[in-house]
Amino acid sequence: MSSDTLTPPAERLDGRPSEFTVVPARHYARWAAAVAVLVLVAQFTHGLATNPVWEWHVFADYVFSETIVQAVWVTLQLTAYATVLGFLLGTVIAFMRLSHSPVLQTVAWTYIWIFRSIPMIVQLVFWFNLSALYERLGVGIPFGPVFWSVDSNSLIGTIGAAVIGLTLHQAAYAAEIVRGGVLAVDPGQREAAAALGIPRLRQIRRIVLPQAMRAILPTAGNEIIGLLKGTSVVYVMSIGELFYQVQVIYGRNGRVIPLLLVATAWYVVLTSLLSVAQYYVERHYARGADRTPPPTPLQRARRALKTLGDSR
Amino acid sequence: MSQVMVDVHGVHKSFGPLQVLRGVDLRVRPGEVTVILGPSGSGKSTLLRTINHLEKVDRGWISIDGELIGYRRSGDKLHELKEKEVLKQRTHIGFVFQNFNLFPHLTVLENVTEAPVSALRRPRKEAAETARRLLARVGLEDKADAYPRQLSGGQQQRVAIARALALEPKVLLFDEPTSALDPELVGEVLEVIKDLAATGTTMIVVTHEIGFAREVADTVVFMDGGLVVEQGPPAAVPDTPRHERTRAFLSKVL
Repeated sequence: MSSDTLTPPAERLDGRPSEFTVVPARHYARWAAAVAVLVLVAQFTHGLATNPVWEWHVFADYVFSETIVQAVWVTLQLTAYATVLGFLLGTVIAFMRLSHSPVLQTVAWTYIWIFRSIPMIVQLVFWFNLSALYERLGVGIPFGPVFWSVDSNSLIGTIGAAVIGLTLHQAAYAAEIVRGGVLAVDPGQREAAAALGIPRLRQIRRIVLPQAMRAILPTAGNEIIGLLKGTSVVYVMSIGELFYQVQVIYGRNGRVIPLLLVATAWYVVLTSLLSVAQYYVERHYARGADRTPPPTPLQRARRALKTLGDSR
Repeated sequence: MSQVMVDVHGVHKSFGPLQVLRGVDLRVRPGEVTVILGPSGSGKSTLLRTINHLEKVDRGWISIDGELIGYRRSGDKLHELKEKEVLKQRTHIGFVFQNFNLFPHLTVLENVTEAPVSALRRPRKEAAETARRLLARVGLEDKADAYPRQLSGGQQQRVAIARALALEPKVLLFDEPTSALDPELVGEVLEVIKDLAATGTTMIVVTHEIGFAREVADTVVFMDGGLVVEQGPPAAVPDTPRHERTRAFLSKVL
């Protein structure tokens, strides 16, 4: 190697490297792609605005109508019940599968096997027709006399059947998600908790689950969003949730496209809200994981505004 | 208080076909520091883990302050204890892990107060006061609100020691407390353990630090192949080993 390649160029010129101007690399392909995307978006937006088939006035008439808002509320309720009950039951089943008791393990394994094997819609119709299977439900001695019984239809009702169906289905999936999260926690954590004599339930609630949440949340977010949209299958039970009501309305007036848009808009809005909530919940459970936690979008926006103000 | 704090009697332990402990006897008097030396795979860590019943023994028994660990005796039968009772026994036995195993999602203070509050049902405020005192004792009073990952390895291990002390255990077990540390951090942890030894805490320490053994131990135990090969005062075992295997091991680590 010759001696002048070893000399830093800055020193060879005039020893003032701070005077150099840096020219950023030019990404011409990126610019071309951006233009192409913009053209496509403009075309689509133009179509949305000018194609009469979208019938935006019909959309505007229905999107906040009382029937639709009612239906959105039913959808939210079904989602909330099935999420809370499904994840509670799922967590219990997950820990049964992780327990040392062969009885609990087998019960949990069988539950997951059965409820993952039955399509949700089939299961829902089963619950809907429960009274055909068992006309009356009661309490008594197994294979012996019955002390108290009730008509099964009056006990659960249609909404009840839907919540039970969604919950049992969701619990099977939730169980596997929670189990995956628990397995991702360093076994040393459980061991340290056991060595300190911390009671078993407390070990799970205070030490294992909060750490498992980091692995559980991304998948659980998927599941809950899937469930929100999945509640639309209960239209088969004639429950007045969003998709069912939309179908009823367009069956009456024939305005299929704008009403499907109404449903789409609501599902997108609700899903977006869930995604935002997921971001903050994940952030909460990440405490202690990073040395300096990243700023929230709100903090980031405020900081950006401040630097903008300072530079003026 | 009985004359023997930790009594290990004829303990056997196998993992599948692998015999890890083959009849270990060990007696530790109250206030004594016992250091266990030995090559990897000699069963030192397993022995330590059987003492607080993290591992069940296959044969033999262990008692602490006269109380059988993991079993209840009636006549010539040993009845296995329920998990709840074992957990209660463990509150008398402090354990410090090689990898610290601090709870990363809890602050340093919460790490130290968790067991006293949940296992011993101490009032939170009282537990926090004790915790701050213990953190001061290991030189970390200003780190109470930090999270473990914000600390160095040596600091984390000192928190782990404070956490074990918070239960006021009858005996403290250390499983290679400095093996996961950078060399320059080993000293600060050994310093804390030495201070504890000076205050008369009963301790069993598994370590590779021969210098520490010589300085602090009342008894040095040398293990190999799942057996106690040799034990005695530090002047005898590391300096003038009688057994061939002890000599071979020491010639490698010194």
